[in-house]
Amino acid sequence: MTSITLTVNGEPITATIPARLHLADFLRDHLGLTGTHLGCEHGVCGACTVRLDGAIVRGCLVLAVQADGCTVETIEGVSDSGEVADLQHAFAARNALQCGYCTPGMVLTAQDFLLHAPADADRAAIREHLSGNYCRCTGYEAIIDAVETTLNARRTP
Amino acid sequence: MKFSDPTRPDAQIGLARARPQARALAQGRGTFTSDITLPRMVHAAFLRSPYAHATITAIDLAPARTMPGVVAVLDGAAMADLCTPWVGVLTHLKGLKSAPQYPLAVGRVRWQGEPVAMVLATTRAQAEDAAEHIMVSYDPLPPVVDAAAALAPGAPLIHPELGDNLAFERHIDTGNTDAAFAAADHIIEADFTFARHTGVPLEPRAVLADWNEGAQRLTIHQGTQVPHMMQTIYARHLGLDESQIRVISPDVGGSFGIKIHVYPDEMAVVAASRLLRRPVRFVADRLESFVSDIHARDHTVHARLAIMNDGTITGFDIDDLTGIGPYSAYPRTSAVEANQVINLIGGPYRFAHYRARARVAFQTKAMMSQYRAVGHPIATSVTEGLIDRAASHLGIDPVTIRRRNLIPDDAYPCTSPSGMRFEALSHHACLDRLLTLMDYDALRAEQASLRQRGIMRGIGIASFIEITNPGAAFYGVGGARISAQDGATLRLDAAGRLIVQASVTEQGQGTTTILAQIAAEAMGVAFDHVRVMLGDTDVTPYGGGTWASRAAGIGGEATWQAARALCAQILTLAASILQETSGNLDISGGAVIDRASRAERITLAELARIAYFRPDTLPKGIQAELIATRHYVPREYPFAFTNGIQAAWLELDTETGFITLLKHWVVEDCGTVINPMLVDEQIRGGVVQGIGAALFEQCDYDAEGQMLNASMADYLVPMAGEMPDITIAHITTPTAESTIGAKGAGEAGTAAASAAIANAVNDALSPLAISLATIPLTPARILAALQTGTGRAGGRP
Repeated sequence: MTSITLTVNGEPITATIPARLHLADFLRDHLGLTGTHLGCEHGVCGACTVRLDGAIVRGCLVLAVQADGCTVETIEGVSDSGEVADLQHAFAARNALQCGYCTPGMVLTAQDFLLHAPADADRAAIREHLSGNYCRCTGYEAIIDAVETTLNARRTP
Repeated sequence: MKFSDPTRPDAQIGLARARPQARALAQGRGTFTSDITLPRMVHAAFLRSPYAHATITAIDLAPARTMPGVVAVLDGAAMADLCTPWVGVLTHLKGLKSAPQYPLAVGRVRWQGEPVAMVLATTRAQAEDAAEHIMVSYDPLPPVVDAAAALAPGAPLIHPELGDNLAFERHIDTGNTDAAFAAADHIIEADFTFARHTGVPLEPRAVLADWNEGAQRLTIHQGTQVPHMMQTIYARHLGLDESQIRVISPDVGGSFGIKIHVYPDEMAVVAASRLLRRPVRFVADRLESFVSDIHARDHTVHARLAIMNDGTITGFDIDDLTGIGPYSAYPRTSAVEANQVINLIGGPYRFAHYRARARVAFQTKAMMSQYRAVGHPIATSVTEGLIDRAASHLGIDPVTIRRRNLIPDDAYPCTSPSGMRFEALSHHACLDRLLTLMDYDALRAEQASLRQRGIMRGIGIASFIEITNPGAAFYGVGGARISAQDGATLRLDAAGRLIVQASVTEQGQGTTTILAQIAAEAMGVAFDHVRVMLGDTDVTPYGGGTWASRAAGIGGEATWQAARALCAQILTLAASILQETSGNLDISGGAVIDRASRAERITLAELARIAYFRPDTLPKGIQAELIATRHYVPREYPFAFTNGIQAAWLELDTETGFITLLKHWVVEDCGTVINPMLVDEQIRGGVVQGIGAALFEQCDYDAEGQMLNASMADYLVPMAGEMPDITIAHITTPTAESTIGAKGAGEAGTAAASAAIANAVNDALSPLAISLATIPLTPARILAALQTGTGRAGGRP
């Protein structure tokens, strides 16, 4: 067991955990933050995407002990801060989610795109950036639409 | 009722309403089974067979029992005392046979991934640790991997007591097929192969069972499409009364038919909860999902088409063989897909002579059964593949040959040679719309001009029919306890708001939303004033759940009928309060109104206040009844067939074998469209699953019966970067069976997408006279064909 101290969604957390516990399991099972989903646990599907010190990571490929001293933001955190409210609204309005299981990871990845999108970013760039996040329900087009809508709205002064 | 009139009062049907649940889901605040924890809950992990076929000679559970956190370790023998076995047969699939299947293997394993033993521990990690310490001795038996080899004389028997490995065989022989083929100007012949693939719902299968020894009740949270069906199954095999079992399906993270079957590991979890008198949760990990979820397809079809010089189709001759793993799935069976393949082949076209054989073979691979668009992609790919080959052979355009043979739009009702009854379809209207939508002639011109520059693009077209709104014909008539009818209960609460409880279920399709739209319109209340509850056997009416594209057409109609019944009850009460004749009253805008002047008389909130809190002010003998339930099942037709057509536009790189999808079009006729946005998203999602089958997805097995690509890294599914935008249009031919006239739309996309893609690839390859009939069309497969020239197209005169 290892003791870690980190900040999760702005809240200081200290926990004693097994060294083999991955970050997504820590968030879900120890902190009750079940918005971070597990789709494959081998780093492919993107459902467990969270932000670690500002960068998106696969929660299943980071050990919780590696997050010691770090800042973690989950879908619950960015929802409550209002950071992605426009994006989430666009997802709902465009039906860019069906079962909703991939959606938290998709929203965090899309927000990462929006934060760093070059001025000439287009649909193809959105598709490219989201290609590490699997969705089995929508066929992706509605998701691309929702991100594009948000991109255009944020660009409008 | 004219739902096409947008000026009708309280219009909701036809509006592109956003789903109210989307907000919570987008915040990660849904509740999936894998999110739920209960006090004293233990976690289950399974030890699975590493062999495709072997005798279990010994199991030693003792080392696992001493591992940290372990509460119990069970093997097949222990589990057989807790749960009776099941056999996946139905009486209307004559001759279908299968063997008893147990939650954990007893004596013999028959596929790699079959659960052999189970550990229950305080954490999942501890359960997995302990599972590694279970010692099982196997004596390997010869694997039976290939379906054709399984049926060959002398093949090792997977279930010796069944006598052979043939689970089911069915023949259709209509007209005089031999004479039709003898008289045909041309016979087009091809061998189609469809790989095994699987559904990969992003939330793996999950079940949390909680036996309460004091209450003698079992509460099961489960990601399932069919709560009442599961209630029946658990009662039957655990020796309980159905009333002792509550099945709750909360948010379900994708299903597509995968979460509609009885799985041995899930049965073991439920049985273990009863044994341990505490909650047990099992969430499959992705690696075990690949070898334990239901697989789909796995067909080889030898197909012949008889055709005349003018392009008129006269007959089909079909031989389908599919492999289903070692058991027929329970309780829906694994014979339904092959049965459906031969029912549907040729479905959009007019022809008289049809011979077909379907054979279903046992093999030592993971089980195969129903997945989205059961049988449809096979039937559509074979039919449309033959038609395109015929057009190419005759030198006529693929559109021309379809126009010549599609059943005329004024020919309905009619019956297909396989006995399918069509109420009203719109193939020609859909084709016309498609050609306009995609600007077919311009696209052909562009294709020709690009070919001059060595760019190989292809256009693929596929007409289809889809089975929706099934009554009892699928399962009930064969003895399965799967409800064909569904129910809805509508209740006006004291605040004047509406509660809908319905037996159809939601896995993200938007069931909740469309039922709210239907209830709101039928009642004359605001959409926001309707709350819908689904997926709980203690709460909803009894019903079949969501499968075979039936929730809108059947559950929606039940909701409509219940709303109209509640309206009548409310108007009776209002008439009494207002001292008016109920016939002079109506409900609109959340209030009882004067039917003639449309003036408000009393709001529903006020009426409910009086009914619940001041019934003393009502006239004597008036009892307010503010709840109504209705059920619905179509009786005129066994299925409501829908139809449509798809087109794919793609580019093929002959250097790499890679395919770039440029555009996809769908014209679909699902009758009355309740929510156009949700219907279109069902179609888009379905198309992309069909594209996955066409280009990427296959469960690779080696000769030993080992699945070689059982991880998300190795099993490819469509990603955002490679999918095209999909343009969708609708023709609307409502079914006359129901008031709403809605047919299903959940499987239309998957039904024809792989056929359209395959036809487009072959169209792109047509200058090289190469034609491929195996999906997925991987780059390796395409390059091999380019290099060897195999698969060269050709009919014979």
